[in-house]
Amino acid sequence: MTDRSRQVLATRGLSKVYGHGPSLVRAVDDVDLEVSAGETVSVMGPSGCGKSTLLYLLGGLERASAGEIQLAGERVDRLSQTRWARLRRYAIGFVFQAFHLVDELTAVENVELPALLAGAAPRRARQRANDLLDRVGMADRARHLPAQLSGGQKQRVAVARALVNEPLLVLADEPTGNLDTAAATDVLRLFAHLRSAGQTLVIVTHDSRVAATADRLMSMRDGAIVDQTRLGPRPSTMDNLVASVGLEEAP
Amino acid sequence: MQDVVLALLAKGPSYGYELRQRLLTALGPLGSAVNAGQVYVTLGRLERGGLVESTEVGQAYRPDRRVYELTAAGHERVATWVAEVDWPKPAPAEFHLKLTAVATASLADPVAVADSQRRELMRRLRDVEQALLAESPQSAASLLLEGTVLHLQAGIRWLELCAEHWGKRKASR
Repeated sequence: MTDRSRQVLATRGLSKVYGHGPSLVRAVDDVDLEVSAGETVSVMGPSGCGKSTLLYLLGGLERASAGEIQLAGERVDRLSQTRWARLRRYAIGFVFQAFHLVDELTAVENVELPALLAGAAPRRARQRANDLLDRVGMADRARHLPAQLSGGQKQRVAVARALVNEPLLVLADEPTGNLDTAAATDVLRLFAHLRSAGQTLVIVTHDSRVAATADRLMSMRDGAIVDQTRLGPRPSTMDNLVASVGLEEAP
Repeated sequence: MQDVVLALLAKGPSYGYELRQRLLTALGPLGSAVNAGQVYVTLGRLERGGLVESTEVGQAYRPDRRVYELTAAGHERVATWVAEVDWPKPAPAEFHLKLTAVATASLADPVAVADSQRRELMRRLRDVEQALLAESPQSAASLLLEGTVLHLQAGIRWLELCAEHWGKRKASR
């Protein structure tokens, strides 16, 4: 059982500005955020609201203009690029909208790559990659190249890759953005499994369906968090279901 | 419910228990929302309305059971229902007027009203989503939940537009 009180990620006054003077844009504006171990948090907002920039700041892919980031209680916002790269290798898994798989490598080679880069023994890395592909339902496609996989399958491989070094935190940027409904459902089902396995997850998305899989929802507008709400679980789930599908109008 | 029970009988004569089982299969996790008596009450109403007729059929080791079948009028009503293009009414007009009134009379911040409605739909979406992810993709009930997801998503999308619109109005005042 995961200790849910343990804080994995926290930010204070996190900001990112571009330009200056009259052309200054506050892409991320004074964001305070706390994510506990095992929690899934989604950040939702229209395109251009700054949610992707926020995710890039959290993963050290961009440097904040102001504010603090703590990962497992350690300040990380002032780390050098090299230290950030190390952190991303060991502690943070990324899932991108466009999958970002290496085209020349098979599914299993893509998954094991971050483990090899982190210094795992090749046999151990391969075993872990195969286990993860099995977990995401892709064991029978392990030897396929990305070009031989559908969008949904590619994203499942990418999720396996994000997990290969057992990261503290997984960051996902529009993970279903390039997928049709059925493939998106597969990926959402996978995230639901990750959540029940205690994986800490931050998802940014404009898709309400993806956002609704989280424990907590933050809404972003013009770079700022304007709204926060806990989504569930709720005690009256069956009543809500009945009202939502329209069954309650039956006599 | 009357139309649904009639349509379930279109396949051929059947009895209450079997009709209820078919209904439960179609509804999956939501089946428990239909109480046991509902099908029997509906059958009784349909019979009084001349749309179905019933006969007692004896069973060897169990109490007799009542088998229902459609009358000619019942068949006609099913055909009409199948051809109908009615659709459950969406409710944007009332909410739109609520926001307008709230803004005009300064009763509350229309953006906050839209946001709180959106939060409620997000919670419902989560509930439906959880039920959907627990269903096998091949089940008929998952299609019902899928439809509900799309419906809620459309509502949420529209509420985002409402918040955007009233937010701009506020900023430009």
